[in-house]
Amino acid sequence: MADIELKQVEKRFGEHYAVRPLDLFIKNGEFVALLGPSGCGKTTTLRMIAGLETVSGGRIILNGQDVTWLKPSQRDVAMVFQFFALYPHLTAWENIAFPLQAEGESRENIKRRVKEVAELLRIEPLLKSRPGALSSGDQQRVALARALVRRPSCFLMDEPLGALDADFRETMRSEIKRLHILQNATTVYVTHDQIEAMAMADRIVVMSQGVVQQVGTPAEVYHTPSNLFVAQFIGSPGMNLVKGTWADNVVALPGGNRYAPPDGWPAALHRGLSGSGVIVGFRPEAVQIHPNGQLAAGVYSVDLHGSYTMLVLEMGDDHSIHARVSRDAHFTVGETIRFDLNPSMVRFFDPKTERAIAHSA
Amino acid sequence: MQLTQTQTAPMHRRRSLTDVQIQVLFIAPTIILLVLWNIFPLFYSLYLSFTEFSVIKPDVPPAWIGLQNYNKLLNDPRIWQYFALTGRYVVTTVALQAIIGFGLALFLRERFKGSGLVTTLILIPIMMSPVVIGLFWKLIYNPAFGIFNYLIGYSVPNSGPDWLGEASRALWAIIIVDVWMWSPFVMLLCLSGLKAIPDYLYEAAAIDRASPWFQFWRITLPQVAPLLLIAILFRTIEAFKTFDLVMGLTGGGPGDSTELIAVYLYRAAFTRFTTGESSALAYIILVIVIAVSNLYVRSLNRIRGEQ
Ligand SMILES: Nc1ncnc2c1ncn2[C@@H]1O[C@H](COP(=O)(O)OP(=O)(O)OP(=O)(O)O)[C@@H](O)[C@H]1O
Ligand SMILES: [Mg+2]
Repeated sequence: MADIELKQVEKRFGEHYAVRPLDLFIKNGEFVALLGPSGCGKTTTLRMIAGLETVSGGRIILNGQDVTWLKPSQRDVAMVFQFFALYPHLTAWENIAFPLQAEGESRENIKRRVKEVAELLRIEPLLKSRPGALSSGDQQRVALARALVRRPSCFLMDEPLGALDADFRETMRSEIKRLHILQNATTVYVTHDQIEAMAMADRIVVMSQGVVQQVGTPAEVYHTPSNLFVAQFIGSPGMNLVKGTWADNVVALPGGNRYAPPDGWPAALHRGLSGSGVIVGFRPEAVQIHPNGQLAAGVYSVDLHGSYTMLVLEMGDDHSIHARVSRDAHFTVGETIRFDLNPSMVRFFDPKTERAIAHSA
Repeated sequence: MQLTQTQTAPMHRRRSLTDVQIQVLFIAPTIILLVLWNIFPLFYSLYLSFTEFSVIKPDVPPAWIGLQNYNKLLNDPRIWQYFALTGRYVVTTVALQAIIGFGLALFLRERFKGSGLVTTLILIPIMMSPVVIGLFWKLIYNPAFGIFNYLIGYSVPNSGPDWLGEASRALWAIIIVDVWMWSPFVMLLCLSGLKAIPDYLYEAAAIDRASPWFQFWRITLPQVAPLLLIAILFRTIEAFKTFDLVMGLTGGGPGDSTELIAVYLYRAAFTRFTTGESSALAYIILVIVIAVSNLYVRSLNRIRGEQ
C-alpha cells in the first residue's frame, strides 16, 4: 500500500508539452481518476508514474521513496493496459503466473496465488485458453488478474474498459470497484469517460491539453467546477453557460431576461469580476419551472427520457440551455415558460479569465 | 427462326464459356511445363530406380531389376557412412547458423547509427554465387598466403593448418564457409520476426518485473520461434543438398572425408553414370528430406496453434 506524490512532474516530446508541470498527492488506498479529452496527457502521466516514460522534469515519490529514475520493475506498481497487452503465446494461467514466475516464486505459491485471484475474478474455467480464444471481457479479466496477482502497492489502469462493449462496461466497472474495495490498493485510473470517473473515483483529476484543470471529488467537480472547461466537460449535457452583463446588482441575460444573483453573490461578483461581462452557469436540474419565475425562455424541443424529461430552451436568439424536469409535466414546443434557478446551484464565471468566481460565504 | 439463332448463339456461347475457358487458357501452359519438367522426370526416375540403366548407353534399354538397386545401396556401408557424415554436417552447420543468425538479429534489432549499412553488408554473402565463394575461400584457407590462418593467430606463412588438405579439418572448413554464407539468411528472417514483436509486450513484462533474461526466454524466443523454425527448415533441406560448396572447396576430399551424400550422388550419376542406381539413391534422399521436413512442419504447426 502506498501514497503517490507527483511534484512538478512534466513531459515534453521535443518542443511539445504532453504534460505541463503537475502536482498531485494520492493517498494510500485512494481511487483517483485522470479524466480528460483525447490527447490531454492522461496516458503520459500514468506511464510516468509506472516508469515506462521518463519525466522531463519534476519528481515522483512512491511511498516516501523517490522513484523518479527507477525502472518500472523497481517501483512495485501493476498496470492494466488499454488493449490488455496479454502475452499471446501464453495461456491465461501462464499470463497470470508471469509476474510471480519472474520473481522466482515457488511452484506451490504460484499455483495457490493464481487460483486465488482466478476465483476472485471468476475466470477459473478460462485458465487453459490463450488470449486469442477469449472474448474481450474475459481478456480484460485476465489482464486484471495478472495485475492483482502480485499484490502491488498501487494499480495503474489505462482506459481498461475502453475496448469493451457498452453493456459490458458497466459490469466490469462495478467489478473493478468491488476489487478496489476488497484490496484497498491505491489506484490511478485513466479514462475519457466522465460517467466512469464519476461512478468509480474518490477523486477526479480533470486534465486538458496537458494542464490539470481541477482536482476534486466527483461532487466537487460536478457542482463547483473551477473553470469553464470543467463546467462544460463534466456532465452530459454539460453545465448551461449563459453570457450576461453585470450592472446594478443584476445580470442582464439574452432575451431581455434580468437575473438577480442569490444572497452572497453580489458582493462576490463585485470583487471577483474583471469587467462587466459575466457567465452564469447552472446544471439542467437547477431549473425550477414556476409561473412567476424570474427568467423566461421558449421551448425548443422536448426529449422524453425514462425517468425525467429534458427540455431544450431558447433564451433569446440561439442561446440554448438544457433543463431537466419531472416527466409528469407537459410542454409544447414553441410555448414560453418561466423559471427560477435553484439558488444553491448557480455558479458565476469571468469570461476573460474563464475561471469561476468564489462565493463570499 | 434460323436467323435469330445464329445471331444470339455465338454471343451466348462466348459469355458462358469465358470464365472456365480463360482459366484453362491461363493454367494450361503452366501445367504442361510442370508435367514436362517436373512430374515426368519425377516418375521416370522413379521407374529408372528399379532398373539397370546408364544414360551413356542409350541403345541398351532399361532392364527391370526390381528392388535390387535399393537393396545394394542400403547394404553398402559406405552409403551409411556418407549419410552419417551428411547428418553430422547438417546438424552442425544448421545449429551454428541458427545461433549466429539469431544472435546477429538480436544485435541488429537495436537501431544504432549505421545499422542499416551493417545489415546490408552482412547480407552480401547470400547474394554471391556458391562457385565464386568456393574459389574465394580456397584462397582464404590457403596455408601459404591465405588470410584465415593469419586471422586466427598464425602470423608466419605455412605455420598454420591446411584446412582443406587435412581430413580432420576439411568438413569444418566447409561448415565455416556455409555458416558464413547462410547465417545472414537466418538473421534476416529472425530480424523480421523480432521487429514484429509489439513493444507493449516488453512494457507489460517490465511492469511484471521480468528480468531481461526472463523476457528473452518467455517473450522474445517464443515470439520469434515460428520464423526461426522456418529458417531452420529451409537451411536443413538446403544443407542436405550441399554440393556446389564441396565441389568448389574440396571435391569430396581429402580421401572421402567431405563426401557428403549429394556429392556421392553426383559422382554416381555423372561420372560413373550408373543412372538406375543413382535414381534409387536420389529417392532415398528425397524420402529422408521429406521425413525431416515433416517433423519441422509438425512442430511449427504446434507452435502456431499455441498462438
Ligand atoms: N511517444 C510520443 N512522441 C511524441 N508525442 C507523443 C508521444 N506520446 C504522446 N504524445 C503526445 O502527447 C500528448 C498526450 O498524449 P497522451 O497519450 O498522454 O494522451 P491521452 O490523454 O492518453 O489521450 P487518449 O485519450 O487519446 O489516449 C498528445 O498530444 C500526443 O500526441
Ligand atoms: Mg491514452
